[in-house]
Amino acid sequence: MIDVIVALLLLCGGVFAFGAAVGVYRMPDTYIRMHASTKTGTLGAGLMLLAVALHFGELSVGTRAISALVFLLITAPVAAHMIGRAAYRAGVRLWEGTIVDELAGKEISGEPVQAAAARTTTSEPPVEHS
Amino acid sequence: MTDETLPPVLDWAVSISMALFYAAMALAFVRILIGPYLADRVVALDLLAVLLVGLMALYTVQTGYSAFLDVAIMLALVGFLATVAFALYGERRHMQQLERRRTRDER
Repeated sequence: MIDVIVALLLLCGGVFAFGAAVGVYRMPDTYIRMHASTKTGTLGAGLMLLAVALHFGELSVGTRAISALVFLLITAPVAAHMIGRAAYRAGVRLWEGTIVDELAGKEISGEPVQAAAARTTTSEPPVEHS
Repeated sequence: MTDETLPPVLDWAVSISMALFYAAMALAFVRILIGPYLADRVVALDLLAVLLVGLMALYTVQTGYSAFLDVAIMLALVGFLATVAFALYGERRHMQQLERRRTRDER
């Protein structure tokens, strides 16, 4: 019985991880890609760790697996927030289908930012390799 | 739990899941290669680190050695630090270029 549950968790984790990678490959701009990678990728890896904890059923292994899971869940939003802020400040362009840009005209840490859609950017143009 | 053969259900699940993870890592590598911005590559690297954590969990189930879990924890740590460092680097590079442009305009 426990084997079936573990197998289901493993399969779900694999499917979610693959979905995250497809999202990162297919989505139209950096911010939307980050959206796919952060949430779905963390869920995929988290399900795998949960499967490990259930499969072994020992306290020592379970504690380590759950602690790794909690660490992932805590750090993923922080990392995503930092990438997003750095990308917006560096002037990475939004997808042309974006409806609202709430940061346009606001300030990030005391410095005014222009809308990412209409400004000169110092980040590299899309053809050049950094 | 070492040196036991897995029940067939788990064996299948591990195989399929591993194939999915490898495909996912290939896609993340493609995104690292085609960019186009530095931020895209950082996002893909972050995803790669998370995928590696999942893969290590998968290896733990497959082999029965719980030592792989420590590898997973360390990879999660290093991946997080790498992402934060890359984000700070990108932001600082942008600030330096703005500063350089400003001094050039004044001259």
